[in-house]
Amino acid sequence: MKVTVLIRPKAGILDPQGEAVKGSLVKLGFPVSRANVGRLVDLELDVSDADAARAQADHMCTELLANGLIESYEISVADE
Amino acid sequence: MTAPRIAVITFPGSNDDGDAVLALSALGADAVTSWHADEALPAGTAGVLLPGGFSYGDYLRCGAIARFAPVMRDIARFAAAGGPVLGVCNGFQILCESRLLPGVLRPNRQQRFMCRDVNVVVETTRVPFTAGCAVGDELVIPVKNGEGAWYADDELFAQVVAGDQIVLRYTEDVNGARDRVAGVANEAGNVMGLMPHPEHAVDPLLGPMGGVPILEGLIEAARSWRAALV
Repeated sequence: MKVTVLIRPKAGILDPQGEAVKGSLVKLGFPVSRANVGRLVDLELDVSDADAARAQADHMCTELLANGLIESYEISVADE
Repeated sequence: MTAPRIAVITFPGSNDDGDAVLALSALGADAVTSWHADEALPAGTAGVLLPGGFSYGDYLRCGAIARFAPVMRDIARFAAAGGPVLGVCNGFQILCESRLLPGVLRPNRQQRFMCRDVNVVVETTRVPFTAGCAVGDELVIPVKNGEGAWYADDELFAQVVAGDQIVLRYTEDVNGARDRVAGVANEAGNVMGLMPHPEHAVDPLLGPMGGVPILEGLIEAARSWRAALV
């Protein structure tokens, strides 16, 4: 089962990396008013059930992949 | 009076472990290094220092992977039993990610690695690490980090303030840390983390001496912790 976890800085949390990216994009001439940089984790899970895969990914996020104080996450499961 | 044994933990990517051993030894501790993959702290350990560096390459988030090092289980047990634990820089990040300390360290506001002396004010002497100071004392200690801005959300921050857990504050806003926090302790007061490096501020030949009271606090706490066990 393919699982993708998207981790973002929480809204309102200072994101210096996003600010730096925004600054560079503006210098290139793009009309960017906000940029945030997150993280994407692609997983291949050896489970056959989509709900089980989602539950495991959620557990991974709370245990390791995301820090709930500053990051939010989204899980998507690809059925194949 | 024999010197209390303080274990300095070396993770892959730690780089201040040697300086920490030198500084603690110079101040009278029996400082020994301990490898991250060890299942247990060295026999007779009476205090623990988690040094600075870039454990596991700072992958994922600073300190997030080091939390799962085998020796961390014994450090959690040691801390739960009341043993004194001090985390410096990356060690502070590891203690936060391990949930032994509140909050998290975020990238500096100015998007830069910062290496300079900073002034910090002692906010409480409730914890052993500042027992030799007075509230309001100013210490000069260097920082060197890219992700040193301590953060807690409103709810957690209120708890930390109510628990008198803020130990050190920068005298100016150096990196965007919430409320200029430079060091925090757990509720019990036996675990503390700080971004400035006390082990780099113990020798007048090399600069400021602000690290001395913090490390002496750790050594004294280790001494009393061990004495209480006997």
